[in-house]
Amino acid sequence: MRGYLPDFDVRVPASLSEALELMAQAPGTYTPLAGGTDLMVVYNAGRLKPTRFLDLSRLAELRGIEEDATSLRFGALTTFTELRECRAVHQHFPNLVKSARATGALAIQNRGTLAGNIANASPAADTPPSLLAYGAELELVSPRGLRRVAYDQFHQGYKCLDLAADELLAKIIVPKPSGRGFHYFRKVGTRQAQAISKTCLAAYARIEDGCVAELRIGLGSVAPAPVRARNAEAALLGQPLASLPVAAAREALLADMSPIDDIRATAHYRSVVTRNLLGQMLRELASL
Amino acid sequence: MAERIDLNLKVNGADHSVSVHPFARLLDVLREDLRLTGTKEGCGEGECGACSVLLNGRVVNSCLVPAVQAQGAEVVTVEGLAEGENLSSLQAAFLVHNGAQCGFCTPGMLVSATDLIHRCPNPSDDEIRDGLAGNLCRCTGYAKILDAVHTAAEREAAR
Repeated sequence: MRGYLPDFDVRVPASLSEALELMAQAPGTYTPLAGGTDLMVVYNAGRLKPTRFLDLSRLAELRGIEEDATSLRFGALTTFTELRECRAVHQHFPNLVKSARATGALAIQNRGTLAGNIANASPAADTPPSLLAYGAELELVSPRGLRRVAYDQFHQGYKCLDLAADELLAKIIVPKPSGRGFHYFRKVGTRQAQAISKTCLAAYARIEDGCVAELRIGLGSVAPAPVRARNAEAALLGQPLASLPVAAAREALLADMSPIDDIRATAHYRSVVTRNLLGQMLRELASL
Repeated sequence: MAERIDLNLKVNGADHSVSVHPFARLLDVLREDLRLTGTKEGCGEGECGACSVLLNGRVVNSCLVPAVQAQGAEVVTVEGLAEGENLSSLQAAFLVHNGAQCGFCTPGMLVSATDLIHRCPNPSDDEIRDGLAGNLCRCTGYAKILDAVHTAAEREAAR
């Protein structure tokens, strides 16, 4: 059963300012629509409530990847395919390339967007763990101006975001890592393509004098939203690669997760396999 | 209540204008308004690839594209792959290798494989698997499809 078409209205603003004006006139009325790869699925299943959409897909202001000396700035409408095809992303953020490759398959990657992957707020989305690992920031825009939020503060619960009714997610800013870096990404699904993850772990570490000088770990599918593994990070920060406290870090990771049973995996499976991913990540880190 | 829009798009090289609901699926516009029934609906959720078409040169799931986002677009469906009366290299190779069993996935496979050979003229097995990862064949005839794509790519390269 599909939705009833006349229930769904779509406005197509010609510019970002027009989009913001429409949203300001009737806050909370419009649902932003980008690639449609999540919303159309819900519509096709007949589970989408009558909605007024704001089609952002033609807004040039939200497109493109800008590079400066210290960061890459991704327009909200950057697609997974654009992430896969961008040389600077390969150079600085290999985990983001792996995340993009792990999302659906090509037809989804050609349409789905980075901001949509964030704002749809699925705990199982594939780019958020990598964005958490790289310390991404978000630029939110409204008629009141621009606002910057650290991405690890953006998710406040299941599908609950630090995003006002008149705000749009405009840019995703990811600082370029410097120094000797270590990157790890692994998603566990039923197959390599077209899978929704059972668990996912992305990590970035900077190594200095043989020790973990900086470390961020992002997790997917093990909590109501994508989360940083702050307890595991704390157990590992400052530790020498030669004697990483693997058992203590695996134990600490338990406090970072609140996995549930669902159709894709059990809480027990997620808990065990996510700790195994951390173990694999630390073996690779130790062998640097 | 939403009003209909005049949707202008180019499909397989021909201009069309149809009056549709803005949130109508491109899949339904193609099949029901334009009577191009080669494009199939399988899962309706972007998993199976039976509804694959090229939208402005990129493969997409037409069940996930609202009409309003196809305004002014160029669309290629399986009906647009042949060159006049002649099958494309891919279509011919699918015939030779028996790359179709029940045939339901075949239009989507052909569209995705066409996109793949465009982007990657001499694909490896892994590149073919990546390019066709979003197209499911429930008869599981993947090996022959893989052979057909290799043969078509070689034939294209020799042209």
